[in-house]
Amino acid sequence: LSRDMSANTADKDNNVSTNKNISLPISRVRLIMKSSPDVSNINQEALFLTTKATELFVQYLAVSSFNNGSGKGSKSLSYSDLASTAEEKDTFHFLTDILPKKILAGDYLKTLEQIEDEEADI
Amino acid sequence: MAERPEDLNLPNAVITRIIKEALPDGVNVSKEARRAISQAASVFVLYATSCANNFAMKAKRKTLNAADVLAAMEEMEFERFLEPLREALEVYKKGKKEVSDQKRKEKEKKETDNDKSREEEDDEERMEEEPEAENDAEEEEVEN
Repeated sequence: LSRDMSANTADKDNNVSTNKNISLPISRVRLIMKSSPDVSNINQEALFLTTKATELFVQYLAVSSFNNGSGKGSKSLSYSDLASTAEEKDTFHFLTDILPKKILAGDYLKTLEQIEDEEADI
Repeated sequence: MAERPEDLNLPNAVITRIIKEALPDGVNVSKEARRAISQAASVFVLYATSCANNFAMKAKRKTLNAADVLAAMEEMEFERFLEPLREALEVYKKGKKEVSDQKRKEKEKKETDNDKSREEEDDEERMEEEPEAENDAEEEEVEN
C-alpha cells in the first residue's frame, strides 16, 4: 500500500499492482457467477470483490482445516480434515454437501446391521 | 455461457498456490484435499452470488455492486473478510483510476505530440482532472 506514489512516478506499474492484488482469474469467477440463473449484471467492483473474497475463503478453509485437523503433527492436510471442518464449523456448513464425510463400506454395513438389530428388538 | 462443466472450476494451479501460501511451509496437501478446496471455492462463489443477488433484488437493482457483495459476506458470517475486502477495494479503485488517468495522459500526449507548440508543463494540470477519470470507470462497469 504505497500511498506515496507521486502522480508522476506512478506509471507502468499500475497495471501490475492492480492485477497483483488478486491471483484468481476474474473471467472465470465471472463465468461461475453468471451460471447462477437470476443474475443479470455484475459490475466490475462486485466482480473484483467476489474474486478477492474467494481467495480469502480458500485461505481460511485451508488454515482452519489444518489447525483443526489431525495432520498438524505430520504436516499434512487431508480430505477428512476438510470434511470435519465443514461439519463442525458453522460458517463452513454450506459445504457439507460437496464435502461428505467418508466412511468405510464395512463400517457402513455394520451400522446398517445395528440399525436393523435395533429395529428387530422393537 | 459455460458449455463445459470444467469451465465452472477454478484453475488448480492458482488454488494450489493460494493454499500453499496460507499454510506453514512444508505442509503436504493431498490431491483429494486440493480438489475439494477448489470445488468448495466454486460453491462459495455461487453462494456469495446468490446472497448478493438477493440484496440487489431487494433494492430493485439489476446489477450486483460492491455493497451487495459485502452484505453477502456478512450474511454468510464471513465478517472477518470485510476489512481486507474493503482495503483491497480501495487499492483496486485507486489503481483503476491511475490506469485510466494514465490512458488519458497517453492519449493526450499523442495529441500534444501532434500539436508541437505544447510542452510537458501540462502534465501537472491533467492530474487534477479526476471527475472525468471516474466517469470512465463507470462506463466500463456498465458493459458487464
